[in-house]
Amino acid sequence: MRAQPSEYELVAPGKLSKVLELLAREPGVWLPIAGGTEVMVQYGAGRLGARKLVSLWGLPELRRIEPSEQELIIGAGCTYSDLRNHPVIGQEFPLLARAASWTGSIANQNRGTLGGNIVNASPAADSLPALLVYEAELLLVSARGPRRIPYGEFHTGYKQTRLAPDEIISGIALQPRFAGYHAYSRKVGTRNAQAIAKLCVAGLGRVSDNKIEDVRLAIGSMAVTPLRLPRTEEVLLGQGWSPALIAQARQALETEVAPIDDIRSSADYRLHVAGNLLQEFLQGLFQ
Amino acid sequence: MSAGQCEVSFTVNGVAHTVSVYPMERLLDVLRTELGLTGAKEGCGEGECGSCSVLMNGELVNSCLVPVLQAQGATLCTIEGLARDGVLHPVQKAFLKCGGAQCGICTPGMVLATVHLLRRNPSPTLDQVREGLGGNLCRCTGYTRIFQAVLEAAEAGLET
Repeated sequence: MRAQPSEYELVAPGKLSKVLELLAREPGVWLPIAGGTEVMVQYGAGRLGARKLVSLWGLPELRRIEPSEQELIIGAGCTYSDLRNHPVIGQEFPLLARAASWTGSIANQNRGTLGGNIVNASPAADSLPALLVYEAELLLVSARGPRRIPYGEFHTGYKQTRLAPDEIISGIALQPRFAGYHAYSRKVGTRNAQAIAKLCVAGLGRVSDNKIEDVRLAIGSMAVTPLRLPRTEEVLLGQGWSPALIAQARQALETEVAPIDDIRSSADYRLHVAGNLLQEFLQGLFQ
Repeated sequence: MSAGQCEVSFTVNGVAHTVSVYPMERLLDVLRTELGLTGAKEGCGEGECGSCSVLMNGELVNSCLVPVLQAQGATLCTIEGLARDGVLHPVQKAFLKCGGAQCGICTPGMVLATVHLLRRNPSPTLDQVREGLGGNLCRCTGYTRIFQAVLEAAEAGLET
């Protein structure tokens, strides 16, 4: 059943402080909407639970990209187009720029926001494995004040997060300390354009004297949340290239994830492809 | 104006409009029913097919996913705004010349996606054309003639 517009309220206070006041007054009642690429789909299909919405679109406080020597702050309201067109992101955080270019169509990239993607918490979201391997931090804000948490601790279950009902994400902080790393990402879907991932992988690694000095791996669309793969990383750390290493890493991967079986793919397929992508990452890393 | 409605002002194809609407009405519906601009079509209604594409402040968007309140103050361009004084836009001419349209449902979106692409990248490669139009689905043409039309329009230049 299609939604009836008269049954919904939408306000656009135009200032972040006013949005936060509204959320503080009635926590959990007002649903923030940014570019609408998720919320409007639910609304159009008559599946949107919330009846009161508050617009974050166009808030200047949320749409800024501020590079500094210590960290890059990306406003949560930045769109995928903003990300893929920003020279610093392309240079310092190529996995994020690439993920942005893989997310939906150009029209969706012009509206969908990084903050929205994080809060929406889909395990299949393209940009989230990149944020995990870059060890992003989230800047959260409410009328009570700001706080900062590691992105890796944000998701607590399927579509469950640590965001308080009166809180929004204001920004994403990334430290530019991965120059010289081998950066790998791959999305597997039914077709190249627009498809939602059956699996997406992001990896960063550095090899010195034929030994893996540092390695970070994350995977999306595999489990109920995007995952970092600490056990697989542990198996790889300090090791040199060998066929046995690939087998060990694949085995570690298989033991540390609980793959989902859903409309897009089967658990077996996901595990097998994840192992192949891990192998591809390692081959590139040692080249 | 009943309770819950609001006034939203924007410019569409160079003409200023103020409409009394519910703020969560989809921009697509307001364009079609309030302004009678039926060039933007509803295909999937969930941002997958691009048949409702319009330019909002110069950016290609799916108007089925824009609550009309978010278009407050925006400059909008729909397919109806491309031709000037009865003369087709160069992109429209190229689609005509190359046979880039059949049933026509996807065509307004295809043309606007092309305008959006060529304004940013006047000489795209075929891959870039495929990416630029990747969010616009066509069930008739098989795309080849559409892509030829885009390359033809790039060759001709937007201002000619």
